[in-house]
Amino acid sequence: MMNEKRKMSSEQRQLYHDIGVISFVIVEMTEYLDTHPTDRDAMDYLNHYVRMQNQAMREYAMKYGPLRISDADGCSQNEWKWATQPWPWEGGC
Amino acid sequence: MWSYEKRLQFPVNIKEPNAKLAQVILTQYGGPDGELGASMRYISQRYSMPYNEVAAVLTDIGTEELAHLEMVSTIVHQLTRNLTMEEIEESGFANYYVDHTAGIWPMAAGGIPFSSTEFQSKGDAITDLHEDMAAEQKARSTYDNILRLVRDYPDIYEPIKFLRAREIVHYQRFGEALRIVQDKLDSRNFYAFNPEFDRCKE
Repeated sequence: MMNEKRKMSSEQRQLYHDIGVISFVIVEMTEYLDTHPTDRDAMDYLNHYVRMQNQAMREYAMKYGPLRISDADGCSQNEWKWATQPWPWEGGC
Repeated sequence: MWSYEKRLQFPVNIKEPNAKLAQVILTQYGGPDGELGASMRYISQRYSMPYNEVAAVLTDIGTEELAHLEMVSTIVHQLTRNLTMEEIEESGFANYYVDHTAGIWPMAAGGIPFSSTEFQSKGDAITDLHEDMAAEQKARSTYDNILRLVRDYPDIYEPIKFLRAREIVHYQRFGEALRIVQDKLDSRNFYAFNPEFDRCKE
């Protein structure tokens, strides 16, 4: 079965992009803190981005469908969008 | 335990299939310096690692490598979907196609299947961290080689450039992890034998 190609509005594309940027900061800061575990400024910086990520992921789930299971309750439609929406390797985003 | 996010670490949107380049890039999925070996190397090395910070580095970089494996697989998938039979026959893709059609399977560019012999888990913190630093450099060299081959394809160039940059950051983090291990060696372990296994005599 061929899936329908992902077509994003510019608003959805922007939020998806922002989540990618925010999440990259989290990956980078996590690995930095592993070898610098007493750097307070780095911990504050990471925590700031974790809050931004939660907010953006939540908003994305409510508007377009969840990117992680912990946000799957954020979309009210009677459909399990986690499974029915396009997968990341399909492109178009 | 792991959880999945339904997104790529860096966007991949390739418009035109290109089976020739797909066969080259596939090596960073299942080749000797590919992302599958990278992830399995770091995740396997964690269990006997006696220092928590170093186990953290192995866990978090090993996890990021899974996201890279997904990016490389996505690049190969987008380069091999919607191929015509003529394109398969003319691009040298027929040998892969006959066994895997357009499915993703881990192997090196030269056709050698993925094998755990491509990485080590030696049970020695110093040995393993030197292997990890070398692995990041070998992957960086491979990405440099790929970048020269895809220089005219911006859709492919950008995600490969991102992956190359991550090898450099990971090399830095493993260097710091090695420093942490060496700082914990005391004067009785001056010659740096295996801090995971050998015990100094009291």
